[in-house]
Amino acid sequence: MTDLKPLKIAIASGKGGTGKTTLSTNLAAFIAEQHEVVLVDLDVEEPNSGLFFKGELTHEEDIFKMIPQWDASKCTLCGICPKLCSYHAVIQLGPSILVFPELCHSCYACSELCPVDALPMIPKKTGTLRDFRIDKLNFVESRLEIGEEQAVQLISKTKKYVAATYGNVSIAIFDSPPGTSCPVMEATRDADFVILVTEPTPFGLHDLSLAVETMRTLKKPFGVVVNRYGIGNDEVIHYCREENIPLLAKIPNSRKIAELYSSGKLMYQDFPEVRQSLSDILDYCIKAVKGAKV
Amino acid sequence: MKEIVVISGKGGTGKTSITASFAMLGGSDVVVADCDVDAADMHLLMQPDFNFAEDFYSGEVAYVDQSNCISCGKCRDVCRFDGISAKNNRYVVDPISCEGCGYCARVCPTKTIINKKRLAGKWFISKIKTGSIMVHARLGIGADNSGKLVAKVKNEAKEIALEEHKGFILVDGSPGIGCPVVSSLSGANFVVLVTEPSVSGLHDLKRVYELVKKFNIKAGCIINKADVNPAKCAEIVAFLTENDIVHLTDLPYDENFTRAMVLGQTMVEYDHGKLKELLAESWEKVKRLGSGTY
Ligand code: SF4
Ligand code: SF4
Ligand code: SF4
Ligand code: SF4
Repeated sequence: MTDLKPLKIAIASGKGGTGKTTLSTNLAAFIAEQHEVVLVDLDVEEPNSGLFFKGELTHEEDIFKMIPQWDASKCTLCGICPKLCSYHAVIQLGPSILVFPELCHSCYACSELCPVDALPMIPKKTGTLRDFRIDKLNFVESRLEIGEEQAVQLISKTKKYVAATYGNVSIAIFDSPPGTSCPVMEATRDADFVILVTEPTPFGLHDLSLAVETMRTLKKPFGVVVNRYGIGNDEVIHYCREENIPLLAKIPNSRKIAELYSSGKLMYQDFPEVRQSLSDILDYCIKAVKGAKV
Repeated sequence: MKEIVVISGKGGTGKTSITASFAMLGGSDVVVADCDVDAADMHLLMQPDFNFAEDFYSGEVAYVDQSNCISCGKCRDVCRFDGISAKNNRYVVDPISCEGCGYCARVCPTKTIINKKRLAGKWFISKIKTGSIMVHARLGIGADNSGKLVAKVKNEAKEIALEEHKGFILVDGSPGIGCPVVSSLSGANFVVLVTEPSVSGLHDLKRVYELVKKFNIKAGCIINKADVNPAKCAEIVAFLTENDIVHLTDLPYDENFTRAMVLGQTMVEYDHGKLKELLAESWEKVKRLGSGTY
């Protein structure tokens, strides 16, 4: 037990399918051989890491966001609230006010500025959080309700749950959603270190350059892991060198790895060179983040 | 004019390579729309000339005009997104945290906060090597709601197709199950689902098909890397039969996909064997299914 906060490593990529989940699941399992670790799947639209672990469910809770609820008995139909909402989540239809929960960002403007308190905020389910345990590995995933459009709040609440529950765990790994938009920013903004996963192909290079731009905007320390190394060309490697980006590891391209992944199996036990890469990646992250002690 | 949308739930299934091959096969009769705006890669294979470019604005971001600020702190107190902070009594907006809800501007007593339009990306109309036209875009870093940019790209493509009497619009769809993919799907005549035989592939296919069903669009499926996991492949085929989804073809695990990409070519330019044949057959089927003449 230590009173240090966990070392927070986020794993991200410019787009899906580059091996982000492969890396986060294998890295978490590798660390769990020795240390308590928590793996958090923040890809809330398509959480997939859970397919790799069959753990014991230790906790399950619904996650809520706050939305306004119209109180017809108080409302004077003054017509202000539709003008207050920048997301068109409140509209007036004849003698009623309608709320569209999926569009609401929970800014509270309509609720607090309604002159007669006719729009109190109430909780509305936005997703489900599940927490599993397999020996030293804790695994948390959140899943967005179908049709819900605001992933950001669920991501931020999941991070809060992890901070409250696993403050004494030495390492936390966050599997981030792909892309460069709001949800990725939310998932990576308070990480100590970000690992960007890419492939050595023209698509991989292009998506990586966007992800790098995102990390530079957030002023995050980051490094790159090249997955399926050997399949394309060396442009990604050259790019990292030119841009002074640390290259943490190269995971070889192999049909065998693809097969293991396709059956939902971890692969590092079968590949000594991958185990070595995971160990290098971990060492690098620990050294890169000053004060981290594992 | 018929609209064909290619989606995959998650990235990395070869969706863009397959769409690019279809665009090549369709030639001048096909207007291409790259709606995977979060990680747009199609242009790497299509030699676009970026003939027309325009900034795309969506949503807002608050800005404090310091000249009239009386440092009352009201704006900071109402913001639910930690968008405003004060340093030495100077109130400033953090554009990354700001969600553009507009609440602060409404309560500022001196009306010194303005809501500026947020630059969310750029979109382009290009001539491409197929002899036709492509509409594509680039989402800005940390932008919210790529759904609007997706809708823009699609609508522009549609207008061009109608004006120039083209037979088809071919859409490289967005990933996930949220707002962007909903925008990609609306109005489609036929959906091509690209998947791969893995636990996550099947899982994502099922989730994204839920959405396709809601739109009541006829769908077909291409199983890429089918030979990597024959057992999973059989499960996918069973799912297709059960849901009356046309099984368009199986493509083998083939590193030519990457070799073609490295040369900036589509599969049908690079490969002259079995793979090209399978893709050409699939495209013919897709065209007939999309036109309702199967
Ligand atoms: S602001 Fe309040 S009183 Fe006015 S229309 Fe809306 S709910 Fe009714
Ligand atoms: S809380 Fe904000 S976002 Fe939600 S409905 Fe009210 S004004 Fe709109
Ligand atoms: S517009 Fe909304 S989110 Fe942005 S700073 Fe103002 S109150 Fe905060
Ligand atoms: S509410 Fe207006 S006057 Fe008050 S601190 Fe904010 S910007 Fe300044």
